[in-house]
Amino acid sequence: MPVDVDAEVIANRALSSDYNVLALAAPQIAAAAAPGQFVMVKPGAGFDPLLRRPFSVFEVLRDPRGAPAGLTILSKRIGPSTGLLYDARPGDRVACLGPLGRPFTPVDAPAEAWMVAGGVGLAPFATLAESLRARGVKTTLFYGARRSAELFYLDFFRALDVELVLTTEDGTAGERGRVVAPLDRQLAARPASSGVMVYACGPEGMLAAAARTAMKHSRPCQVSVERIMGCGLGGCYSCVIPMRGDDGKFHHVRSCLAGPVLAADQVLWD
Amino acid sequence: MAASGCFGYGVEYADVVDLSSLGAVVTKGLFLNAREGHPAPRIVETPAGMLNAIGLQGIGARRFVDEKLPELRARRATVIVNVCGTTIDEYVEVSRILSDAEGVAAIELNISCPNIKEGGIQFGCSLPGTAAVVSAVRKVTRLPIMPKLTPNVTDVASFARAAEDAGADAVSLVNTFLAMVIDVESRRPKISNVVGGLSGPAIRPIAVRMVHECRQAVKIPIVGMGGIANARDVLEFMIAGANAVQVGTANFVDPFIWSKLLDGIGDYLERHQIARVADLVGTVETRQAAHEPM
Ligand SMILES: Cc1cc2nc3c(=O)[nH]c(=O)nc-3n(C[C@H](O)[C@H](O)[C@H](O)COP(=O)(O)O)c2cc1C
Repeated sequence: MPVDVDAEVIANRALSSDYNVLALAAPQIAAAAAPGQFVMVKPGAGFDPLLRRPFSVFEVLRDPRGAPAGLTILSKRIGPSTGLLYDARPGDRVACLGPLGRPFTPVDAPAEAWMVAGGVGLAPFATLAESLRARGVKTTLFYGARRSAELFYLDFFRALDVELVLTTEDGTAGERGRVVAPLDRQLAARPASSGVMVYACGPEGMLAAAARTAMKHSRPCQVSVERIMGCGLGGCYSCVIPMRGDDGKFHHVRSCLAGPVLAADQVLWD
Repeated sequence: MAASGCFGYGVEYADVVDLSSLGAVVTKGLFLNAREGHPAPRIVETPAGMLNAIGLQGIGARRFVDEKLPELRARRATVIVNVCGTTIDEYVEVSRILSDAEGVAAIELNISCPNIKEGGIQFGCSLPGTAAVVSAVRKVTRLPIMPKLTPNVTDVASFARAAEDAGADAVSLVNTFLAMVIDVESRRPKISNVVGGLSGPAIRPIAVRMVHECRQAVKIPIVGMGGIANARDVLEFMIAGANAVQVGTANFVDPFIWSKLLDGIGDYLERHQIARVADLVGTVETRQAAHEPM
């Protein structure tokens, strides 16, 4: 059951001129959230911006005794809402509704988890990596960004023993090019008998490419989709994604309720 | 009441609100058959509002009766079904199915959706069309019928009158205003359907004016809506002439809005020593425009 918290901003850390990590005092949501779930967030009480915006729960913050104390969101400044979130200061209030949506389904060892992130699509993987580590699953993060300065939280993932495969479009860190290229090569090199679950999140083009690559190598793949959402609760039918239903036919499915995590082979990618 | 298209089929909100505490749940618009609606993007935010072109995605009347109505009944929700049609026969057929079902309190005839080509608004933009849909449905149901009027006409009051004359038990207004948003960088429309319906606080003053005009024209109850975001806005609609109100877009912003609206109305009634909220309906004093000292 989702709760709405008028959450105090605990901290706001700028990662670059566009990206920030906003920490919100929403312990009830943090305690209930599973990796891949999201919150609907609105800075300020006015009508501009009017609607909430969806954000993956990025990190669960804990007090010294280990109890959930809050959560963070990873935001990229692209419009008025994310602009306000970028500029938010400790003590400000942000409406935060959640946790919402269907989470990732974790895998069990000896299968491995390969997470594929593009840009702000890194967001759902911090909590997923923690839960995979707790399950003893060997985890790799394929992480692509425009340039080296936009690859964030690498030490966070290293500390969880996550193996990193980095790409940048300008070649300033890791391999030059798109993140799906090393994914394709490494899937090709891996014997079919050893299990891999692919998890992907990022811009739609990258997501489609990651999904197709996983399917090409007959690997199961869970994607976390990012659609424009009006409500997050199934009320408005804005966030639909074309999918193949159980009847084999095309349906528009609400990604807030059925997702945001979806089985890649059921999504109709074009 | 929760406005159509802004509350799913109601069941989606069962964990968030006590559905029986609402005046009514108005369902997403239903045709006879299932529809998939328009491709995404379906909405875009505008100053103090939003544009939508969902394209009336829905499961169809029979599946609604089989799959959603039982849960709504179990939760003791008062259910008003928003009925759509591409032809008068379809409005009639859907209304018949709903009349035979258990647990439908009333029918809201959607003759005002701006987002699909065929049907709907073509009836709602013509006086004979409005009368024809209402009288045809009137013949096949004993349920209260409430045509939902479009604001995309010059004289909305004449449509309220046409509905009343054709046997409507109430009218609801407004549906959304036809509008458009363009991305100037790419020169493309921001939603896939090119145009869509504007809702939210931005439209409220126009909707209030239209309710006021309809109040002069008809005796049947008016259900007002358009941009209601707090108790003050509810009171404004009622003073303008609405007997009840619906809330759409603001439910997206705050799904817990309902009890806040009721508390705010209660405070107002107490402050003004008014016994019942019904005593406010249509009490706007227009003989001399109010001049507040600056
Ligand atoms: C996303 C969305 C979907 C809607 N779908 C319907 C619908 O299916 N049938 C209908 O009669 N009105 C529909 N409407 C119109 C609303 O019921 C309401 O008339 C309008 O939004 C104005 O009220 P508001 O400003 O409180 O949202 C829809 C509105 C929105 C925003």
